[in-house]
Amino acid sequence: MEVQDKELEVRGLNFYYGSVHALKNINLPVYRHSVTALIGPSGCGKTTLLRCFNRMHDLYPGNRYEGEIIFEGKNILSPDIDLIDLRSRIGMVFQKPTPFPMSIFDNIAYGLKLRGIKRRTELSERVERALRHAALWDEVKDKLNEPAYSLSGGQQQRLVIARALAVEPEVLLFDEPTSALDPISTAKIEELAVELKREVTIIIVTHNMQQAARISDWTGFLMLGELIEFDRTDKIFTSPSQKLTEDYITGRFG
Amino acid sequence: MIKGLRKSPVDLLFGTLTAMASFVVVVLIAGIFIALLKESLPAIHRFGILRFITTSEWDPVAEVFGALSTLTGTLVTTFLSLLFAIPIAIGIAIFITEIAPDFLKGPIGTAIELLAAIPSIIYGMWGLFTLAPIMEQYIEPFLQETVGRLPLVGALFQGTPMGIDLFTASLILSIMIIPFTASVARDSFRLTPEIVKESAYGVGATKWEVVKDIVLPYSKLGVFGGVVLSLGRAIGETMAVAFVLGNNHELPHSLFDAAATITVSLANEFTEADTDIYLSSLYYLALVLFVLSFITLAAAKFFLLRAERRQSR
Repeated sequence: MEVQDKELEVRGLNFYYGSVHALKNINLPVYRHSVTALIGPSGCGKTTLLRCFNRMHDLYPGNRYEGEIIFEGKNILSPDIDLIDLRSRIGMVFQKPTPFPMSIFDNIAYGLKLRGIKRRTELSERVERALRHAALWDEVKDKLNEPAYSLSGGQQQRLVIARALAVEPEVLLFDEPTSALDPISTAKIEELAVELKREVTIIIVTHNMQQAARISDWTGFLMLGELIEFDRTDKIFTSPSQKLTEDYITGRFG
Repeated sequence: MIKGLRKSPVDLLFGTLTAMASFVVVVLIAGIFIALLKESLPAIHRFGILRFITTSEWDPVAEVFGALSTLTGTLVTTFLSLLFAIPIAIGIAIFITEIAPDFLKGPIGTAIELLAAIPSIIYGMWGLFTLAPIMEQYIEPFLQETVGRLPLVGALFQGTPMGIDLFTASLILSIMIIPFTASVARDSFRLTPEIVKESAYGVGATKWEVVKDIVLPYSKLGVFGGVVLSLGRAIGETMAVAFVLGNNHELPHSLFDAAATITVSLANEFTEADTDIYLSSLYYLALVLFVLSFITLAAAKFFLLRAERRQSR
């Protein structure tokens, strides 16, 4: 096993929705330029964990973190973290495509404009680069000014990935990104995820174990708010060390 | 209906009943229109159509009747009240949906809805006894000293502030329509999917940017629908306006002039109409209002449908 850098490290993380203890003492490394999959039955806390990485829980009242998530030597759970900066460096893609009510070009340029990039030529360049990265450029280059809603679901999801890539994040969080897509669009997104790990670190929550097996390098299995097992994906899927993990991946429950 | 499917007698009865209920509404609208038209025929013959709506005179003694001054009153109060109400209502809706902490959302929402439950005559009384004196003594002189000195718009703020005028009436009207606009706007804002807002936060947007770039564009059609509803309410509102507008049939030149709206004239003058042509002219006025509201609402509906179709494409 080669030695890898850690992009993120979760240490003793507990998370509460009000009085509900949703994550219990999670310890987990996330290695740079790899794909880490989080799997587990519904309600196990995998999405909750994912949303800790960009502090999405802070948008709603009553949520509380304990413990640490270390990102570039700093604890991103500390109250003095600049959330706007954090969220543009740890981007997120959701279960359903979330195009903004504007044109294809403006969807990508939006985050760039928020960061103060105003020159038209630079915007165009970076929009094109992001769309190429998301393997969408050839399909949309002739209709950049059309509304984003005019794209198909799969294209919209790649648009959303391009939008997240445009602000050059270090980490991308995928929350079941293909659950609303057909098999062909799903394959494209999966290919893209593998492609993208050369540039960004990816954490993906998925219900689909084949998907986790296909695209991830590392897999964490969660149940009832606890991380049961974390290891190399091939190890998890061939010889898991925990009985619970084995039962889950062989389809005995969940 | 699918061939071979057994028709249940209950379904048939149910279908007929609902169809009748809907049909009654259409018949009522047609009936009202025909009645108005029939009663106003003498006035239509006497004053014509174009001449009636471009004549500002309303003189029961000389039996000369024109709709221009009351039509102006209606249009000005409606327009101004929307102008005052829309920004405030949208602000309220944004605050309730996006900004207020949870423990404030409920009470503020309820308070806004209570505002809609106050009978309009109470607004009228409050306007006459409380708001009008305040307007006369403080607000209108202040506006005259400031905005009144500007070129062009200044002309709208001339005359002696009396407190009983177009400006006060529009203000009362705007308070009355704020709850409608605000609650429809709030409902449309809520339709913006959480994950789309979260995505915007995810690329580094602030709360203000999320509201401005995501929530408002997402719900503009719904907000527009709310505005149309308020417009309908403002055009037809009578009691609140009757108290603070002064029922003056001269064509207003300034927002500080007393004036009349169509509905206020109708409410005040039906009992006084002692000649046939006077009565017929009042019916004619009602017909003008009917057509005006019909055209405004139909145009708004048409615009809304077209925009919806464009968005769903």
